[in-house]
Amino acid sequence: MVEHGDIRVVHCGGSKLNFRDPVITHDSRFLLCASGEAVKVFSTSTEECIHELRGHTGLVTGVLLRPSNHLQVYSSSLDGTVRLWDFTDGILIKTCVIGYPIYSFYASAKHENVIFIVTSMPSEKRAERFQLVAVHLPQSGDQLVEARELSAVLSGVNPNPAAIAFGRGVRIRRHKDNKKGGWNTFTCVACHPKDDCIATGHEDGKIRLWRNFNHKKEYTYSTLHWHHSAVSSLCFTPEGTNLLSGGVESVLIQWRYKQESERDFLPRLGAAITHITVSPDGSLFCTSHSDNKITIIQSCVKVSAVIQGLVKGDSIRTDLMMDPRSKALVLNGKPGHLQFYSLQRDKLLYNLDIVQQEYIHESGLQQFEVVKAAFDASGLWLATVEERHQKAAELELNLKLWAFDEQTQSFVLNTTISAPHDAQITAMSFRQTADSQTTLLVSTSKDGHFKAWQLAAPAHTEDEGPSWLCDFVGAYHGLVPECCSFSADGSLLAVAFQEVVTVWSPATWELLTTLSQPPGAVSDLCFGRLSCSKYLLGTTASNLLCCWNLLTCSLEWSTSMDVRRLLVDPLSENMAAFCYQSGSTDLFVFKPSEPRPLFSRKAVCSGKVTQAVFAPREEMLESCEESSQWLNRSQLYFLTQQMVNNISSSTCFLFSPLKLVIDDSVAMTPFYLLLGKHRQQQQEHRDSDSSLWAERTALPQTSASIKELLQTPAHVLPSTSYLCSMFVQSLLISVSDAREEKAHAEEEMESEKEEEDSEEEMESSRSKPELVAAATESDAPALTKAQARELRRVRKLDHSWLAGLLDS
Amino acid sequence: MASFKPTKIQVYPKLGEKVTQDTLYWKNYKAPVQIKEFGAVTSIDFSPVTPHNFAVTAFTRIHIYGPFSQEPVKSFTRFKDTAYCGRFRSDGQLLVAGCEDSVVRLFDVSGKVALRLFKGHTKAVHLTDFTSDRYQILTGSDDYTCRLWDIPNATELTTYREHTDYIRCGVTSKLNRDLFITGSYDHTVKLFDARVEKSVITMDHGQPVESVLLYPSEGLLVSAGGRHVKVWDLLKGGQPLVSLKNHHKTVTSLALSSNGQRLLSASLDRHVKVYSTTNYKVVHNFDYAASILSLALAPDDESIVVGMTNSILSIKHRKNQEDSKEIAGQQRRRPSYRVFVKGKNYVPKQDDYLVSKPVKEHLAKYDKQLRRFNVSKALDTALETWIRFRKPEITMAVIKELDRRGTLKNALAGRDERGLSQLLNFLIGNFVDARFTPVLVTAAEMILDIYQSIIGQSPLVDRQLLRLQDLVEKELDYQKELLEVLGMLDTMFASSLPRKEVPCSGIGKLE
Repeated sequence: MVEHGDIRVVHCGGSKLNFRDPVITHDSRFLLCASGEAVKVFSTSTEECIHELRGHTGLVTGVLLRPSNHLQVYSSSLDGTVRLWDFTDGILIKTCVIGYPIYSFYASAKHENVIFIVTSMPSEKRAERFQLVAVHLPQSGDQLVEARELSAVLSGVNPNPAAIAFGRGVRIRRHKDNKKGGWNTFTCVACHPKDDCIATGHEDGKIRLWRNFNHKKEYTYSTLHWHHSAVSSLCFTPEGTNLLSGGVESVLIQWRYKQESERDFLPRLGAAITHITVSPDGSLFCTSHSDNKITIIQSCVKVSAVIQGLVKGDSIRTDLMMDPRSKALVLNGKPGHLQFYSLQRDKLLYNLDIVQQEYIHESGLQQFEVVKAAFDASGLWLATVEERHQKAAELELNLKLWAFDEQTQSFVLNTTISAPHDAQITAMSFRQTADSQTTLLVSTSKDGHFKAWQLAAPAHTEDEGPSWLCDFVGAYHGLVPECCSFSADGSLLAVAFQEVVTVWSPATWELLTTLSQPPGAVSDLCFGRLSCSKYLLGTTASNLLCCWNLLTCSLEWSTSMDVRRLLVDPLSENMAAFCYQSGSTDLFVFKPSEPRPLFSRKAVCSGKVTQAVFAPREEMLESCEESSQWLNRSQLYFLTQQMVNNISSSTCFLFSPLKLVIDDSVAMTPFYLLLGKHRQQQQEHRDSDSSLWAERTALPQTSASIKELLQTPAHVLPSTSYLCSMFVQSLLISVSDAREEKAHAEEEMESEKEEEDSEEEMESSRSKPELVAAATESDAPALTKAQARELRRVRKLDHSWLAGLLDS
Repeated sequence: MASFKPTKIQVYPKLGEKVTQDTLYWKNYKAPVQIKEFGAVTSIDFSPVTPHNFAVTAFTRIHIYGPFSQEPVKSFTRFKDTAYCGRFRSDGQLLVAGCEDSVVRLFDVSGKVALRLFKGHTKAVHLTDFTSDRYQILTGSDDYTCRLWDIPNATELTTYREHTDYIRCGVTSKLNRDLFITGSYDHTVKLFDARVEKSVITMDHGQPVESVLLYPSEGLLVSAGGRHVKVWDLLKGGQPLVSLKNHHKTVTSLALSSNGQRLLSASLDRHVKVYSTTNYKVVHNFDYAASILSLALAPDDESIVVGMTNSILSIKHRKNQEDSKEIAGQQRRRPSYRVFVKGKNYVPKQDDYLVSKPVKEHLAKYDKQLRRFNVSKALDTALETWIRFRKPEITMAVIKELDRRGTLKNALAGRDERGLSQLLNFLIGNFVDARFTPVLVTAAEMILDIYQSIIGQSPLVDRQLLRLQDLVEKELDYQKELLEVLGMLDTMFASSLPRKEVPCSGIGKLE
């Protein structure tokens, strides 16, 4: 039904959680937040993601509880729609098409069925000016409605949602007035829920409380000052007794209303606070942080839960890596930390503190940054480089080696080498032999040397463990080494010194040969694997991709392309090259032994791909199509930097053959529901709502009838007293079991036949969304059909049970 | 809420020798007791029985010292000429000694006059020893012979004339009464069996042999001569095992530590070296004032006794465990251990409800100040006298941390004369330490920036600034000289290394 071997790019996660303020539901059980093109529903107690409300085709820009129904939630998006959801079940109730991209939106309990949205001025071409518009939502039972009643309220507003707030029907707009120099610009505003009081946060860190604002020009204000930088968020508790404020200092401050000298502090929340929200009953606070984190705080100012997403720093300097042990994606995230991110579950596993220093939240301060990291093949060792570059002072550089501790299941610092090189480290690589006992690390630096570090046994005393020592320092004519690579068996080391590639033997530290392909410095190097291990590939700055044969020490082939990233698949001979050409990135997958690429795709994405990684699959895929075979063992992930209306958000993509997606969608069809049960009685079902079945499979004598009994709604079943004896009987091993089985089989055959006609029409209806939509999606119409089928069948099965009972 | 991360105190590589278990063990001796003898101390021998007195042979006398006495317990003075090699019998009752006048004398330890005189050698006797059955005496002499004597009759039993030069050392087997080993200036070490007429094994040491030593198992033999110490495997017929060359003058004496794990060698180069007997690496080194002639270790390594050419006998006693404990106990009076562990080892019962108490984290004083952003106070704490002198790395870590936070200037500013002079003192003391220089240069620049306006107001500060200037100038000169030396060395190395052709790739040649 779908062409096999179609390889697509799938967005696989890592969206922002802190883009807009999260929302806590009335019962404080759920937390909703906008995350990319979906709204995520988290449990406030377990930190788990319960639902993803998917349907928007643009970035979700706001989430609001419906004021009239506290079990429903509105979401707005850049695709110009406002959608109403039931968040407890994750069902889309209504879609309202506005027609203009929505940048933020608000609702007020006083204004029934009216929402206020911020959208760009339709008159202007470039979306530079924004206006606040009131939209009357039409009342109709349809799923898809179009809102036509628009009325402009204000123009020239800021798209930042913190700038607008409601207080008892009064609407405040951010206004810029520079009374005393440029430092008291407003940054955020909050209205007291009961009093006539407005709190504003300022650029200079002051909070002003304005009173009597409704009376014309007779307002007074008082100033609170604790923050040293701009106040980024303000929030009153529902009763108005406390005011919460936060800023770049990452300290949450609770001010007592009318007793402002008393403050509660919650320091060291990890990163700058971007939003603060309070649950409607005031029992929970929640703060969003700039490191893509949401902290849930109890009203006694105690952290109760942390929801952490993929942290995207200013730049990913460590490159993407795979932890060979946990198969997690590793990159630098929070300042001074390495994050381990599970790609399968789209969840941050943990942050490893590399720098181990108190982070000072102050802008303009030079901090230690993790710039390089490398794993050895077994995942037992991790090497990290952190550096701090301060003007007028020397470069501070630390090389740290971490050993994996089986007991704590985490990395433990083994050796710290301060100032391993005189200048920045350009590349780092472990020797990749699995069998060799001596681990070897090579680091190349801008000081013109490369150093080999070796794990040395404790020299004198027994109480110290083994630590890493420098084994060899190499240089080549004073040139700067840019990259290094070990061959697959660890017997050769290639270090590129500008235009020259030098090949060394790590056993004797002898310079074996030099290779070069002028002009242009070599920027990336890697050895072939398995059958292609005799090849060494390099990319040069003059847009050449060269392949050297190490047996003849000569150039095998070279081609002219602007390779940004050269990757080698650790499980096969394949290599991937990302090339940047005229604003978009192309992908080529090839084997070094064959100059013809296995797979090529023009314009994989717009913009540059700077980071990519091959991730091994959990189970090998059996695919016979030639063009997609390279994805059988591993998946290719890459990271792009997208600019969406001056909101920079980087997203993570992966390639996956379409076949996999089809497998998943088959799991949802009613045909599968009918046939799959018999086939997969012992297997666990992937559907989340079939957890009941999974529990049932523990019974040794589970028969389909028991399942049917437990599955069908109570009101279509015979009375319990009648069923009880049958139920007990079905649990016993009866002599007529075989016969029953046969009857069942017949039953199935029959139903299958009946199904076939409906099956076809279902297929036709389903194939369309499969081709268009990207991932698996819950399809409401198909499910209702399935339920109808189920009901029909249950009725039939009832008869079969009766027949069985009569027989016995 | 993450907890405050304390300042990381950097562990700097320790300069000088590495502290190992061996260093700790061998350093654990008191200051040596020095006793002036009448001449060069040629031999020291410990009595095998308690209280482990030791016989010191020097000039014409043999003194017997008790384990802790500084005066001799007993002396044997009836020698006509220089005495040699006073040795105890295995029961500690008898003592034998050779003499320059070729007569071997046997003494009762409690008596004064020689019990027996063994006459037969024609030249000085440097080697005397009891065999393991206690009834015979082995002697070796400068007349190239070694002889066995019967003690009761004082008669000569056998004479071996195999060596071709002076016999200066030897040892009898402690396990077999018939075996003994002699070392001679003819470069050979010979193993004799009293039951046969000739030597059984001959080993060529290569230098005049000064000392031989048998391992307690008697499978290995150690010989010292010239600058070499050699270990031989007797069970393999005298195969050389290791040759050690760690002294730069003749090795004169050998000893084994009581557990047999360490071998000690003393030399004329004034050093005693301790080797590990597993890998024969030097694990420790003692220095003495003069060339060493003899060395002995008391049982359990209780003391090391060394005799030197300048007739000084040096005795080092091991520090007592209780002594060191007492000293430590006096230093700090703290609540007893029991107070701290009170209730800590209580195991909760099944139905108990466990109330978890947050663990109170302990922060150092400067960390507490840093947590509150009290930067000046944090620096003050780190500059306290004790920390400044004893643990400069802590002060350094705090300065570094302040620099990282960008508040070092604030912390350095606003100090009075006393505070500033304290700071400058620290700078002067640690400025040229290569480990600290990078950070202190920044700090010094800041100090000069901040306080340049007050120069000339305080003579104390001015004096210190001048000292700092001197120091920097001296250091610069020093570095310059070092670079010159490095350049010279580089040219020397470059000229001495053979030129090696780097193989070029085929492509490179073609193009």
